[in-house]
Amino acid sequence: MAIVKKFSAIKKIQKHLLGIQNLSIQEANLILDEAKNFIKLNRSASKKLDLLRGKTQINLFFEPSTRTQSSFELAGKRLGADVMTMNVGNSSLKKGETILDTAMSLNAMHPDIIVVRHQDSGAPNLLSQKVNCTVINAGDGLREHPTQALLDALTIINRKGKIEGLKIAICGDILHSRVARSNIYLLNMLGAEVNVIAPKTLLPNSISKLGVKGFTNMKEGLASCDIVMMLRLQNERMTGSFLPSKREYYEYFGLTPDKLKLAKKDALIMHPGPMNRGVEIDTKLADDINVSLVKEQVELGVAVRMACLKLYCK
Amino acid sequence: MKEKYFVNARIIDPSQGIDEIGGLIVDANGKIKAVGKKVNKENIPSKSEKIDLKSKVLIPGIVDMKVFVGEPGFEYKENFRSLSNAALSGGVTSVVSMPNTSPAIDNVSMVDFILRRGRDKSVINIFPAATLTRNMEGKLMTEFGLLSKKGIIGFTDATKTIQNSEIMSRIMNYASDLDVLVMQHPEDQELSKGRCISEGEVSTRLGLQGIPDIAEKIIIERDLSLLGEYPCRYHISQLSSAKSVEVIKKYKKEGINFSAGVSINNLSLNENDIGDFKTFMKVSPPLRKEDDRKALIKGIKDGYIDVIVSDHKPEDEESKRLPFAQAAEGSIGIETLLSLALELYHNQSLPLKKIIETITCNPARILKINKGNLKKGSDADLCIFDLNEPWKVDVSKLKSKSKNAAIENRKLQGKVLMTYLKGESVFSLQ
Repeated sequence: MAIVKKFSAIKKIQKHLLGIQNLSIQEANLILDEAKNFIKLNRSASKKLDLLRGKTQINLFFEPSTRTQSSFELAGKRLGADVMTMNVGNSSLKKGETILDTAMSLNAMHPDIIVVRHQDSGAPNLLSQKVNCTVINAGDGLREHPTQALLDALTIINRKGKIEGLKIAICGDILHSRVARSNIYLLNMLGAEVNVIAPKTLLPNSISKLGVKGFTNMKEGLASCDIVMMLRLQNERMTGSFLPSKREYYEYFGLTPDKLKLAKKDALIMHPGPMNRGVEIDTKLADDINVSLVKEQVELGVAVRMACLKLYCK
Repeated sequence: MKEKYFVNARIIDPSQGIDEIGGLIVDANGKIKAVGKKVNKENIPSKSEKIDLKSKVLIPGIVDMKVFVGEPGFEYKENFRSLSNAALSGGVTSVVSMPNTSPAIDNVSMVDFILRRGRDKSVINIFPAATLTRNMEGKLMTEFGLLSKKGIIGFTDATKTIQNSEIMSRIMNYASDLDVLVMQHPEDQELSKGRCISEGEVSTRLGLQGIPDIAEKIIIERDLSLLGEYPCRYHISQLSSAKSVEVIKKYKKEGINFSAGVSINNLSLNENDIGDFKTFMKVSPPLRKEDDRKALIKGIKDGYIDVIVSDHKPEDEESKRLPFAQAAEGSIGIETLLSLALELYHNQSLPLKKIIETITCNPARILKINKGNLKKGSDADLCIFDLNEPWKVDVSKLKSKSKNAAIENRKLQGKVLMTYLKGESVFSLQ
């Protein structure tokens, strides 16, 4: 039975996971369904499987990351794969090595799957054209972070039972956020209504072309929302060129208990982390287990990545 | 050299308003002796060798106003010899070479070097441009007078823009006195810093920071305002957007005198061609929306845009096989300039005469050179092409040293058959 299931999965999924934009709704649902099975496993005493025994997974991180990297590492290990993590940082770039050089030398080691994060949009696409194995995008530039969107979707489904028909607000630095983009594509695909809320300087002009409504104030944007997804505001955006100051941002766009009241009564809060407490979110609110899904997001992140590794590793 | 007789050709020379079946006689010195319908088999010496063109099109050798050579400093991308071969197979006989070499063409000794290399290694006519400012830093003016005396055809910082308005006004003021040509790459580089491709839905989806079209508009508006105060020979190297076309329309109607060019890339491609991060499509100015492309074509049709250039910019594989944001800008295009421009004729975007005008007599007029025409006494620089021959762009067959063609694998209609330079055959399609 298990073999039959595996085989059907192979037929249904593409070679690489580069972004939600390239994903069909069937593929997205397949990953989410698969991930549900792993939630229980991860909560049990014995978490180890041997589905990927003998497979090699390389995590290639050109950009520093804590939770995505550890999440992928754990996911691979729990499935029995040999996991190697490379923090390339800027060191090899300084030595004049390009991403393709790095990729080609790794390719020579015959990995089955490469998980890549890179500061340039499109870098995983370039990589996927040059290596033989599967490439999973763990975040590229401002473009996509597909597994984050999938884990967010799973978290919502886990709590609300569905995505279709929900109203979801994404709030923060939309312009520079790959998490926002991937979430927009996936939530739209799964039938949610998506509002994005940001100061004008951090909201792309063409945002409505992505099928969402753009707002520049929380009051309108949060009205009757089921989920409020906050984004991290990076330090370099806070001073001067995009925004005048942290405190002005917090005043207008920081999520406080008062502003949360603008959304539905049972609205829940999400954040991809790491959080800037007191900048984009009130610190008590972030820790309030009745409304904050932040810890659950991290937990389900492992399950989603296990599902991806299982389905994409052939 | 013996006299040459071309007969039975469709001769198009917009400089004289000629579009007729006829012939052309080249005298013993490589100059044009006679042209037009009066030249036919009946009135030329019977013994002479006749080149029967069988109704193929004969136009003046193409003048390409924006070409990057690579010498000195980037010989591995393109040198004078490879450029010359590439140009001739595309019917191009005269080029303006860009000065953003390494070191830059910003002083008299560099001009000597370029002219000597051009003369020794290339067959085509090289008209070198020098930089507007030293080392293209946008600060100190180069020696317009001395450089012009040495043979510099015009001044431009190539892919850089004079950002400082005070410096730009002085450049215009000084240039007007010496009657030298100032060519500006119009881009507010504060608005384009760290960005590539056009700003809009495509850039948002690809996660790239886009260059807004106003980056171009702002500089054009500023320059044309300045030009009202300091009239000089001013040329906008390349336009990319509908907004820019509107601006030049407005200023031309006001009677401000200037000229403008556009790259064949911006006329033939749009931002959607970037697809899944195709770095060959990364050009400057960026490919914009389909509406912008159409507006540029209309700008040519209505006579607001004078020149089409290839913006030939060879880049080696190492500069292009990178994540999109890191990849070099530019596409080769000198060999395919005519064929790609003919696409605009075949798809009924532009009349044939208009297309030929923008690559022959118009650039020659702006540059003040006696090229791009078939007038009696002019050098017999000729391009002969088949208007309908279908072919596919195979980069491995292109003669340019670099293979970064944005129109790789594109199917085109119309191909150069023969190129003549001062009456000598310098290219013939095998």
